[in-house]
This record gives sequence, structure tokens and C-alpha cells, in this order.
Amino acid sequence: MTADVIFCVLAVVSVGAAAAMIVSKNQGHNALFLVLCFSALGGIFGLLGAPFAAAVQILVYAGAIMVLFIFVVMMVDPRAGIPPERRRRAKLLGVGMGVVLLFELGVAAWGWLGKTASPVPPAGGPAGTPIAVGRLLFSEYVYPFEITSVLILAALVGAVVLGKKEESEP
Amino acid sequence: MSETLVLLIKIVVVLAWFLVLALLLTWVERKQSAVMQDRIGANRARIFGLRMFGLFQPFADAIKMIFKEDFVPPFADKVLHTLAPFVSFFFVAVAVTTIPFGPTVRIGGTAIDLQVYDGSAGLLFLLAMLSLGVYGILLSGWSSRNRWGLIGGMRGAAQLISYEVGLGLSLVGLIMVYPSLRLSEIVAHQGALFLGFLPRWGVFLQPLGFLVFFITAIAETKRVPFDLPEGESEIIGFYAEYGGLKWGLFMLTDFMEIIVVAALATTLFFGGWQMPWLGPDGLNWPWGGHWKMASWVVVCLQIVSFQVKVAFFCWLQILIRWTYPRIRYDQLMDLGWKLLVPLGLLNILGTGLIMSLK
Repeated sequence: MTADVIFCVLAVVSVGAAAAMIVSKNQGHNALFLVLCFSALGGIFGLLGAPFAAAVQILVYAGAIMVLFIFVVMMVDPRAGIPPERRRRAKLLGVGMGVVLLFELGVAAWGWLGKTASPVPPAGGPAGTPIAVGRLLFSEYVYPFEITSVLILAALVGAVVLGKKEESEP
Repeated sequence: MSETLVLLIKIVVVLAWFLVLALLLTWVERKQSAVMQDRIGANRARIFGLRMFGLFQPFADAIKMIFKEDFVPPFADKVLHTLAPFVSFFFVAVAVTTIPFGPTVRIGGTAIDLQVYDGSAGLLFLLAMLSLGVYGILLSGWSSRNRWGLIGGMRGAAQLISYEVGLGLSLVGLIMVYPSLRLSEIVAHQGALFLGFLPRWGVFLQPLGFLVFFITAIAETKRVPFDLPEGESEIIGFYAEYGGLKWGLFMLTDFMEIIVVAALATTLFFGGWQMPWLGPDGLNWPWGGHWKMASWVVVCLQIVSFQVKVAFFCWLQILIRWTYPRIRYDQLMDLGWKLLVPLGLLNILGTGLIMSLK
């Protein structure tokens, strides 16, 4: 009963924050609504019996990645908006990404509708604890995990190279 | 129902402990700085002629702040400007819920953990809450639309993000030694003995980890020598446009962060509520003696032991704050990325090597 109420509140907050993020014109507010959405999602993960995923969701997305986003947004004048010559390109890119996202969602929904049993394990089980997640990451999902690490490392090296280049050209 | 009631009582008691200790720390800070600078310190606040060494000073400060004008600059983002101090305060207040204050107590057949939230990812939850505290700084600096506030906010975000990396790395070695993220289990592991007489405290098993943890944790509290976001002698910092109680909330958050760091250092590296050689039935001296004690005496001793350790680390941080000058910004980044992060990685490597040799 209490869990249902909390779930409803978190669901409304996360969906509402996501909608507000799309509607709001101020870049700073956009980023902050996204943080709110991530935090509510973290709460839902915790409610579903996955404390590790919940903590990491907040620690990584809300606590680290979005801080860097806002760090950049803080340097931009919030009233300026997108320059007119780039508005057309932004619109085209937005439409393209929207179509791709809709396609992915459709595929996911199609796969989900075909199943009868719920794939979510019951809350409170050992499935979401740090130990269980750690075991899965280093046994069954070790290749995806390591490949993701290499990708992130490559992105880091790329960022360092780009940063160095800018520094050498005054 | 009684479970909910116990939980409510625990939350209220912990919050009261937290706020009262934070208020007391403002007095300790004034007196400590006065002692170190050969002054007398705040001693004028009094009630009915009773001075109590200036212990009423925090109340006088609070009354002063309440009666100040609650001013929001006309050019500021009003909602975010008001929200920022509460964001800062909230996440620190939530973080303290994971700290175990004592062992499990049995009162009338019900076992009560002296801890509000004991999650299986408790340590990660605490770090997540502390990392969200950076939004208070970012929002206050940005929403003020003040150059100095913005510089303070940017410095604060950069500093906290940088030192979070070192903080996280310094704790990995500890999680390897006590294989758990549950804070109550980490404390329970520290009750055993090591080499026959030393308690298995984190500081003895992870000395390098403690060094990196303590320096990064002090940097996370943004106080001297790491007070660049504030820099009260140069840029005033992220709360330049705040006054009255909202400013007071930022100040209170500072002191609450000191307490959280002290409680975390105690819990992770100094045995939490464990007292050396004190078992559930009394003191077992390493040279063979045994003092029998009633279980309630043991529990009281353990709770007092936790409080003493926390008080010591609060005092130590205030001592450090009044001893060192502020470091330069490039020195801050060099210390974080070029010294503390590699040391943290070295600690993980060394811990892994020693554990695999065993």
C-alpha cells in the first residue's frame, strides 16, 4: 500500500519532470528537470528492490554527468537561445532522433507484448543487491561490461586529445 | 505500526542530534579559533546574567538571522534562488541516516538497530546523497546572476566533482577488505582483533586509504584550505547574494558536512561504535584479563565511544581549518588529480596484491 503510493508519486514526478524538460525554454531549467527525472527514476529502482541500481543511477547520472552539463549551461546566456542559422539544423536533427527513438520504443513494446510473464523479479529478493549485480557483471556480462569500459576510456582519451589541441593553438 | 513509530522516533532523534551538534560546532569553531589566535572569543551572549562561556551564542546568531530581511535580488531567478539553500541542507540531512550510531538494542523483545536506514548499498547511497549536495552550490551561484556568485559556483562544482573521484577510489580498498557496502556490516567487521591486540579498524588495514579519504573529504566540505568556492577574502562566493536565514542555512550545512565527514571517518576507519577490546559481555584485555559488564553498560559505552570519536574528528577538522592558508586553484586541481587519484589507485592495487597473496 505505502509502496504503491510512493510509486505513484515517483512515477508522476519522473514523467512530469521529463515533460517539463521538453517544454521549458531555459537551458538551465531543462537540465535541472532532467536531474529531477533521474532522481525519481532512482527512487523507482530502489522501490523495485534494486538498491545498487538506485544508488548508481543517482550517483552517476544526477551526481556527476548532469553536474557537468549544468557546468557548461552556466556559462551560456540563458536568454539567447539557439542562433537562427543553426535552428534549421537542430530541427532536422530533432526529427531524425525522434523517429529513431519511436522505432526503438516500438520494437521494445512489440517484444514486451509478446511475453506473458513479468520479467521483473519480486521486490526484496537478492537479485538487486550489490553482490548479485557484481557477480553478474563479472561472469555473464563480462564482455559487454569490459567493452563498455574500453569505449568510455576511448572517449576519455579523445576528450584529452581535443583539449590539448585547443591549448596549443592560441 | 510499532515499526513505523520506532522509525519515526529514530528519524526525529537523529535529526535533533544532527542539528544540535551543528549548532554547538559553531560555538566550538569560534572558541577554537579564539584559543588559537590568543583571543577570548564569543562570550557576551547571556540569558538572565548566565553566560556559560558563550554557549548561548548560536541562539543569538539564530535570532539575528531570523530578524534580517529575506531579500531576493530583482535580477535573480527567484524560484531557484530560494530553492538552493534547501537543496544543500536536505541532502546532507538525508546522508546522515545511513550512519550506525550503536549496536542492535533489545527493548522489551523488539530488536532496534540504532541506525535509520541500513541498505545493502548504504555506502553508495550516502555518497550519492553527498554528491547531490553540489546542486545547492551550483544553483545558488547560477540563479543569483552575480559574477562573483557564478565564479564561486563554478569553482565549487569543479572542486567537488574532482575530489569525488578521489573520495570514491579511496573507499574501494576498504570495501575490498570488509566485503560489504552495508555500513552496519563494515562496523561489525571492525570488532575483531588483528595481530592479537590491534582492533581490525580501517585505519590500521587501510592507512593510505584513510589519508586519501580524509583529505578528499575535507575538500568536499569546502572549508579552508579548500574554500575556493567561498573565498571570503576575495570573491565572497556562491552565496554572495544571500542573507538572513537562507545564508544561515548554508552555514549550518557547512557544519553538518563536518559532522557527516567525522561520522563517516569514524564508521569506516575507526570502528564506528566499536570500542577496542569491548565484547558483548565485557572488556577482554589483550594480555588476558576480563572485566565482566552488564549488556546495557556495554551498549552505553559503545554509543559514547561513537560520540567521542565523532567529536574528536569534528574538532580535528576545525583545527585544520584554522591552521592552513587557502591553496591556489591550480594547486587544488594538481593535488586532486595528480596526487590523490593516483594514490587511491595505488591503494586499490596494493590491497588487491596483499589480499591475493594471503
